[in-house]
Amino acid sequence: MPFACIFVPDFPVEAVLRAAPELRTQSVAVLEGKPPLQKVFATNEQARAIGVESGMTKIQVEPWTELVLRPRSSLQETAAHAALLDCAQSFSPRVEDTAPDTVLLDLSGLESLFGSLPKIACEIGRRTSDLGLEANVATAFNPDTAMFAARGFPGVTVIPEGKEAERLGNLPLDVLFPDLAEPEASKSTANFLETFDLWGVRNLRALCALPEVALSERLGQHGVRLQQLARGLISRTLVPVEPALVFEEAMELDHPLVLLEPLAFLLAHMLDQVCARLAARALAAQELRLQLELDSGFHFVDDLDCHPERGVFEHSEGPMHIAAAASGSSATRSSRATRDSRHFTRTLQLPVPMLDAKVFLKLLQLDLKAHPPGAPILKVHLAAEPAQPRNVQGGLFLPPTPEPEKLELTLARIAGMVGEDKVGSLQLLDSHRPEAFRMQRFSPAEPKGEKEKTNDAPSSAPVTALRMFRPPLRAKVTLHDGKPKHVVCPKRKEIHGQILWMAGPWRSSGDWWEQDGWSRDEWDIAMQSCGADTPVRQSIFARQTSVAGRQSSGKLLALSHQLSAKEQSPVDCQSTSKSSLALYRLVHDLLSGQWFVEGTYD
Amino acid sequence: MSSLLIDLEAAFSFPVSSVPQVRVRSLDTNLGTTQISVEAEPPLSPQRSATLLKQISSIPKLAAVTPASRLEIRPAPDRASSGTSPLDSLTGGLPRGCLTEICGPDSSGRTSLLLSALAAGTRREEVCTLIDVSDAFHPHSAAAAGVNLERLLWIRCGANTQSSLSRKRRNPTSLEEWERRRVEDPVEQALRAADLLLQSSGFGMVAIDLAGVPLKMARRIPLTTWFRFRRAVENTPTILLVIGQQSCAQSCASLSLQLQKSVLSSRFSVPSEPSPNPQETFGEPCPSHTKLLNGLEIQVEILRSSTERKPVQSTSAFATKTAWTA
Repeated sequence: MPFACIFVPDFPVEAVLRAAPELRTQSVAVLEGKPPLQKVFATNEQARAIGVESGMTKIQVEPWTELVLRPRSSLQETAAHAALLDCAQSFSPRVEDTAPDTVLLDLSGLESLFGSLPKIACEIGRRTSDLGLEANVATAFNPDTAMFAARGFPGVTVIPEGKEAERLGNLPLDVLFPDLAEPEASKSTANFLETFDLWGVRNLRALCALPEVALSERLGQHGVRLQQLARGLISRTLVPVEPALVFEEAMELDHPLVLLEPLAFLLAHMLDQVCARLAARALAAQELRLQLELDSGFHFVDDLDCHPERGVFEHSEGPMHIAAAASGSSATRSSRATRDSRHFTRTLQLPVPMLDAKVFLKLLQLDLKAHPPGAPILKVHLAAEPAQPRNVQGGLFLPPTPEPEKLELTLARIAGMVGEDKVGSLQLLDSHRPEAFRMQRFSPAEPKGEKEKTNDAPSSAPVTALRMFRPPLRAKVTLHDGKPKHVVCPKRKEIHGQILWMAGPWRSSGDWWEQDGWSRDEWDIAMQSCGADTPVRQSIFARQTSVAGRQSSGKLLALSHQLSAKEQSPVDCQSTSKSSLALYRLVHDLLSGQWFVEGTYD
Repeated sequence: MSSLLIDLEAAFSFPVSSVPQVRVRSLDTNLGTTQISVEAEPPLSPQRSATLLKQISSIPKLAAVTPASRLEIRPAPDRASSGTSPLDSLTGGLPRGCLTEICGPDSSGRTSLLLSALAAGTRREEVCTLIDVSDAFHPHSAAAAGVNLERLLWIRCGANTQSSLSRKRRNPTSLEEWERRRVEDPVEQALRAADLLLQSSGFGMVAIDLAGVPLKMARRIPLTTWFRFRRAVENTPTILLVIGQQSCAQSCASLSLQLQKSVLSSRFSVPSEPSPNPQETFGEPCPSHTKLLNGLEIQVEILRSSTERKPVQSTSAFATKTAWTA
């Protein structure tokens, strides 16, 4: 039964390099401890080449100008370990979480899927590299041999069955003690190594050559077990783990970040990592959560009448920039306040599961542009809620629909322009209150095909639409016998004149049991519109109207005369060529007693 | 046989330095074959002329030149129902991949036709968009017209409340403020939104409602904008529909309709028993609460149709109904 082991050498350094891949060619040392007692915890190969070793103090390594020092980040190590598990899970469901830097997986039955063992090992190495980790991969026919090979040999190693002792022979004895690198390594481990060193046993081949009985007499069963491990004779069962579907990336910043543009670079890298992990598990993101830890001691500028979160960052066409925080013109016109340590969280709900890092980045950028964090950023935490990817079978005869990714991006851009509450589809509410609707996220359903189509025949008479005036236009209405006779709308010069026809009133009321009750009378009125910028086009209509008037019945002719007389009235309109009949909805608010022109029929 | 003079150096960057005497070349096209002849002073030798012709024939751009006689006729655009049968019989439907303009004064039925077209589009399970410049859309009218509101994207242009919060901090005379004001202009927002939507593609209909915009503002929209929109929807199944008071897109519109309400079109009537006497039906003796608005009578005229040179019929009339009489 073949097994594979993925081992990431210098794991703390690799976790840092995963977040900052541009440092991969440089000498990097990871520091641990509280300042000023920081010591080197881990180094990469380049740092060791120039003489940097673990345990050196920060003061000792500072003279190396080419050495990059980074603090140890538990968040980044957790994310790197999760990525390692995701990589293993993308190959086999039986994965053992041996150590933060070591993962074992069962390869039985995978030859038919991925090919031979060398191919599987190479593919594991490639996929690990895609996740930002440079790892050693080894395959063998028992887990411990695979682990020793991965710890001892760089790159990809494949150990055939029965050749374990031969292939592992050149490895030092250190590989048998995984906890040796840790500072709290047990005393017995040190004693074993010291004893072997005194015997002149310095590699596994020498250990295998020792007589088993004599070894048992001197070192006990533990010594025998070590020898069997070196020979590759011990096989054990894996302890499989089922890693939780948590896709999170975090980054701690050395210096507070005040610009959104560099933040976008960080987000791009984190999104790439999250998407790679999701892709490794054949999943997509349904929701993105961005949590920013802000500087607690930051003094920010905030207008008293503004939204609290809009304090520092000015909204401009270009990149976000911080306003004068401590001095400057903005500060002189604004009050100051100090906020405690706080977290700034934004959540992006996606209409469909997506897996496109560029789309995610643009959505986050647009969202942060509309909702700036308001203070310098110390820590970035990004999490994705996994979901099964969308599987849609397109049809030749289905109408085209916008791609969800493009549509979401377009809607985000438009929302940034007109406002989030002004884009979307609408939902009518179960109420007779005027304007009883609410905006909601636009997510059209997939077309179902021709079978669902009903009532497709065009209508011979479309429904008359009402165009709303938002807000309603306040009007001065002259009453005659309790009915509106003359309407003047100060904000609309064209709504001015005598009412020619009207229907109503239609009374309605509701919500009287609440504070915002409403009661109103509606009138449908017709009046001449004297719009200065709506000249009646002299076209075929004018000729047809006159002809129709002469040829029509008595009803039409009589009303034509009636209207003609009113059209020529100098009171209502200056010129008949600039007048037209318009229909309006006039509303009398019975609670306030005011009149409004609510809309026009068009 | 037609002849075309081409300066090869200017048009195709052909190196003429190898043949410094050759200054003018002629390209003769003859219904399916392209013949190239070279005129040079002094005359070239036959061998060198053949070499030169071979080099010229290998120019990819020259091979891509299509004679005018072989240009294909642009196929007529597909038509989609406007949801109103009289309009469909007049125009054949709304052309896809084209810009259609419906203009007319207030109460001329522009919005009714718009809702009818949106209802037809959503019935076809297409995703439709309404860019509402003056925020005049009435959802209940749309629902009564049969618009599937789940498939309608409504964009309400106007001042962005979020960005206007920090307005007091800006110097109103600064360039930034002018730029911000330009961005917050509803017409500008509508045009930008239309640009984004048309580039996004996949929409069955994109409607721009300019009916509430003053004419002087609508006329300020550059013609290049409409040309860009027309090019954006070209070769796509999207219907770009614009309603306004007057035609703004001019020649960029493939179909332009002018609406006019009949002078006496507002049909008030008594619901129960209409009186034969018109004075009782429409005049004062009949109390107003017994009257009912039944709809509008609309006349429509084709102002421009790029697909039909001379329509059989250029005008039509139809009536609308109200939601409470439907």
